[in-house]
Amino acid sequence: MGKLFAVVVTIIALVSTAIFASHVWWLPVDVSAHGPAIDRQLMETMVTSGVLFVVSQLALAVFAWRYADRKDGRRVKIFPGGAVPMVVFATVLVGAEVLALTFVGSKVWAGIYQTPPDPNSLQVDVQSEQFAFYFRYPGADRTFGPVHPERIDEGSGNFFGLDPANDTTARDDIVVPSLVIPVNRPVSLTLRAKDVGHAFYVPELRIQQDFVPGLTVPLHFTATQTGKFEIVCTQLCGLGHYNMRAYLEVMSQEQFDQWLRERAAEQ
Amino acid sequence: MTETTAQHHHAPPRGFLRTHVFSLDHKVIGKQYLDLALVAVCTGMLLSWLMRFHLAWPETPIPGLDKVSPNGAAGGVITPEYYLALMTMHGTIMVFFVLTTAPFAGFGNYFLPIQVGAEDMAFPRINMTSFWVTLLAFLVLVSAFVVGDGPPLSGWTAYAPLSAVGKDAGPGQGVGQTLWAVSITLFCVAQLLGALNFITTTLDLRTKGMSLARMPYATWAWFITSVIGLIAFAVLMPACILLILDRMAGTSFFIPGGLVISDRLQPHSGGSPLLWQHLFWFFGHPEVYIAILPGFGIISQILPVFARKPLLGPRVLISCLIAIAFLSYTVWGHHMFLSGMNPFSATLFSVPTLVITIPATIVTLLWIGTIYGAKLRFTTPALFCLGFVSVFVSGGISGFFLAQPSIDTYLHGTYFVVGHFHFVMGVAAMFGIFAGTYFWAPKMFGRMMNETLGKWHFWLTFIGVYCVFMPMHYLGLAGNVRRYSAFTDDYLKPMIPLHRFITIAALFTGAAQLIFLFNLVRTRLRGPKAPDNPWEATTLEWSTTSPPPFDNFGGRPPVVHHGPNEYGATGAAGDYVMQASPPSARPA
Repeated sequence: MGKLFAVVVTIIALVSTAIFASHVWWLPVDVSAHGPAIDRQLMETMVTSGVLFVVSQLALAVFAWRYADRKDGRRVKIFPGGAVPMVVFATVLVGAEVLALTFVGSKVWAGIYQTPPDPNSLQVDVQSEQFAFYFRYPGADRTFGPVHPERIDEGSGNFFGLDPANDTTARDDIVVPSLVIPVNRPVSLTLRAKDVGHAFYVPELRIQQDFVPGLTVPLHFTATQTGKFEIVCTQLCGLGHYNMRAYLEVMSQEQFDQWLRERAAEQ
Repeated sequence: MTETTAQHHHAPPRGFLRTHVFSLDHKVIGKQYLDLALVAVCTGMLLSWLMRFHLAWPETPIPGLDKVSPNGAAGGVITPEYYLALMTMHGTIMVFFVLTTAPFAGFGNYFLPIQVGAEDMAFPRINMTSFWVTLLAFLVLVSAFVVGDGPPLSGWTAYAPLSAVGKDAGPGQGVGQTLWAVSITLFCVAQLLGALNFITTTLDLRTKGMSLARMPYATWAWFITSVIGLIAFAVLMPACILLILDRMAGTSFFIPGGLVISDRLQPHSGGSPLLWQHLFWFFGHPEVYIAILPGFGIISQILPVFARKPLLGPRVLISCLIAIAFLSYTVWGHHMFLSGMNPFSATLFSVPTLVITIPATIVTLLWIGTIYGAKLRFTTPALFCLGFVSVFVSGGISGFFLAQPSIDTYLHGTYFVVGHFHFVMGVAAMFGIFAGTYFWAPKMFGRMMNETLGKWHFWLTFIGVYCVFMPMHYLGLAGNVRRYSAFTDDYLKPMIPLHRFITIAALFTGAAQLIFLFNLVRTRLRGPKAPDNPWEATTLEWSTTSPPPFDNFGGRPPVVHHGPNEYGATGAAGDYVMQASPPSARPA
């Protein structure tokens, strides 16, 4: 029975690891400026924890194989050094790993979430609601019109609750259902929630952030490749949660300018 | 340490009702908790089957389901809202009524008093009350299936404002969500009473010679878990009451102003959704340890029995359990890295989350080190102990990823998290429950469980859970979002074959549990009679009859002369010395 356990645990450990290593199911291509740092850290964590995983499972397998009771009258043995090697190993090795991950990781995290956005960022206001995202560009005056929740009206397409009759800055705001941005230019989003909590997640951008009702949450990034990617909601928001998505379109600066002019003309 | 020379504080009951239903006997109450957990786990697993089936074959009707819920599954096909309702109920039932109820309240109630040599819990009436309140909480929760618009759909975490604004937020968010909040409030009351009872019993009712250093590891774990529970449930209970007030009394603890839901400007202002998250996770993360620490204790106690040698580093083990308990209160924010709280606090919460892996690693190494040089007896409980170590390692290691905010940025809200917590607190805790059941069944029922069936159960479950939960990590890495009732997004469609594999594995693994159920029922009805100490174990429950008499020790409280760890000796009576053996029994 011990040998069977050893074989099964070994197979489980090796097959699981092989599938991780084969990248059959793996992260999609990264299209963000901050993404390589995240991918690198994920890979470092994958290697260290992968080694820990395989070594622990194999130790379990080897001991289960070797130390079955064979009724041969042998005496049991205590692990050499008792519990001390365990404490030292865990404290020193895992401790060092914890320190390393914290130092490296904090830097990566700070680079994304704790540094202020570039002052020349493209400003986009994002409204989330059950079960859609809407994006607002400030228009020619480069200023967003103020938001009035009581004026939000789905029927007339007033998703942000704008009041162009009284707010001059709201008149040229451009509201669209897709996030369109130029490549290699910093983008700064302001996340708003109309009703309940939602989240902004683009796997290719390696970024995720909750929309919190009552707060405006800043988020900034730079896309480094053109293309069309899915924005999905990852915060449970109700029955249509699975279907809450929008598209992120990254295009060249010229195409973006052209696109923005066309949208402005439609307003 | 108090000598229990006082008479039993309640007489043996007469009549069926007082003996088996409204019993004050901790053993009956322990079995009642375990039976409740059994009903709950069957319900929870059935719900997960429905969810998994729907994820793999979303268009295929499930025969008979339309009869259970004409609205939720018209024609037998699960609607998106019914999927979320099943998910919410699955999570709530499993976390509260299985993973808390069985290993802590169930086994703890039955064995903590016996292991410390007491005749009963310190407060038998409070003990009975806490069980009946737990049962009431369960009934209130499952009543949501048949009342109003059905069960809530806001998940077991019930994030506000989705959970706080009432029926405007969607089906099930009316009566169903209120029932959820009432149920959890009641559950908290029951657990607080239970925790007080456990703590008092451990501190005040230990028999002569049962110093803290001689206390069995399972009892240590239940004791530490009680302390965690006393603080954790004391936070969740008022949080749920505030949620009920927001829903019914027009307060705004968790609801900010200016929300437009279902085209209606909500009549609230000034609340904070993050406040709910903080209160919930201040309970929620310690809850993970409430679910798993009893498993730590059970494994630490059972492993030496079948390794036939002492547990490596018992004092280190206890220190680690205490360290984990302390640290468990400093890490709740890792659930909220991306919640919109100040990003500086992410680093603050990340460090203790990573540090808590150190005591957890030490404990795991102590178990593996205990197997080294052992004379392993591969009984069913021993196999579940070894399986526990394996799945705990697998689940614990993925925690390394999620503890780092920068990696959580990618993996948060994906199946990686689902795989992680199912391994580490679901499957590992279940393996602890299985190990405990096979180990203690002879004592609880006076009958031995069938070993052949037990081993089949182990092998199918062990391989099955890896087939179910390991692939979830691959899905998460590929960006597969959790809590989706269907995968319509273009990038998610390629994952569907892997989801089908998981579903098939889940159905098979679930079916394997019928072997356990059959074995358990058969054992209780007509299993072979168990001797007093079938496993040659040391702790006090094995010094008394199987099952123990009403007052546990037949009117003669045991006197303890030894620690619980005396295995691998060459004494006159075998390779172990029982805790209640005379002092001279200690071998040279």
